[in-house]
Amino acid sequence: MAIFYILLLFIITAAIIAVETKNLLSAVICVGAIGFGASLMFLFLRAPDIAITQIVVEVLGLIILIRVCISRELTFISGPREFFAVVVSVVIIFAIFLAGIKVLETLPAFGTPIFAEVPDAASQTYVEEGLRKTGAANLVASVILDFRAYDTLGEATVLFTAIIGATVILRKKTKKLLEEPDV
Amino acid sequence: MPYALCFLLFVIGLYCAVVKKNMVKIVIGIMVMEYAVNLFLIMLGYRFGGKAPIVVEEDIVGAGGQLSSLFINSSVDPLPQALVLTAIVISLGSLALMISICIRTYERYGTFDITEIRRLKG
Repeated sequence: MAIFYILLLFIITAAIIAVETKNLLSAVICVGAIGFGASLMFLFLRAPDIAITQIVVEVLGLIILIRVCISRELTFISGPREFFAVVVSVVIIFAIFLAGIKVLETLPAFGTPIFAEVPDAASQTYVEEGLRKTGAANLVASVILDFRAYDTLGEATVLFTAIIGATVILRKKTKKLLEEPDV
Repeated sequence: MPYALCFLLFVIGLYCAVVKKNMVKIVIGIMVMEYAVNLFLIMLGYRFGGKAPIVVEEDIVGAGGQLSSLFINSSVDPLPQALVLTAIVISLGSLALMISICIRTYERYGTFDITEIRRLKG
């Protein structure tokens, strides 16, 4: 139990540094600290698949983020926005935080999953029947590739769309075509 | 209590995305929110002394893949793990999209400051 608190405090510290530091490269490195802390946390939460995926995605994401802030001048932008707007948004965010804490009290305590208390929950079926119905020893794989395969297909479509968007925005070719005069 | 800390992480990300002026900082805030939500969903399925949802040979009793009640009563929830697995990969795709928008904006205006960009446009 203590390990969760230690890791969560580590992640929160890294997040605060990432938000408040002036240097953009240090902020990006702190995002890496958050990601690897989260990966360790997933490992201790008994989710090895998520931990492995998180490490891979974190490395790729760090490369993308470093790509944007390396060799760019004027990455130091100091000072917040207008004072009044900042105060109003901080007050609203604090109110959201208090309301959220109230809502979290209605959840079952940490360490007692909801599906254990409901006999016919979907997760209960997946755990009991996953191996027999799909033949996958890894129940996570049996959920994403068999019970909820359409979800996975849809999310692959979302990923594909995001990558197409990034490619179109970053493509150099269209700019040249636009600059040429019409024939 | 771990839920509350997780929510604090989400609020930090929200603050960063709302208050900061730097475009890359806003992207970082959105990423922090993603981490917080993923962590929260995985935490919902955790149980004390639980096992990873991976069947090993000792858990199988009887023919036809009947699982022992020990495994059924100690496995963590596989459903949030399966959904978060795809959500993490999608967050990488959306990060690439946001960063490419940042790069193009920097090439066009020469700055990451969103207030500057607004002034130049209008």
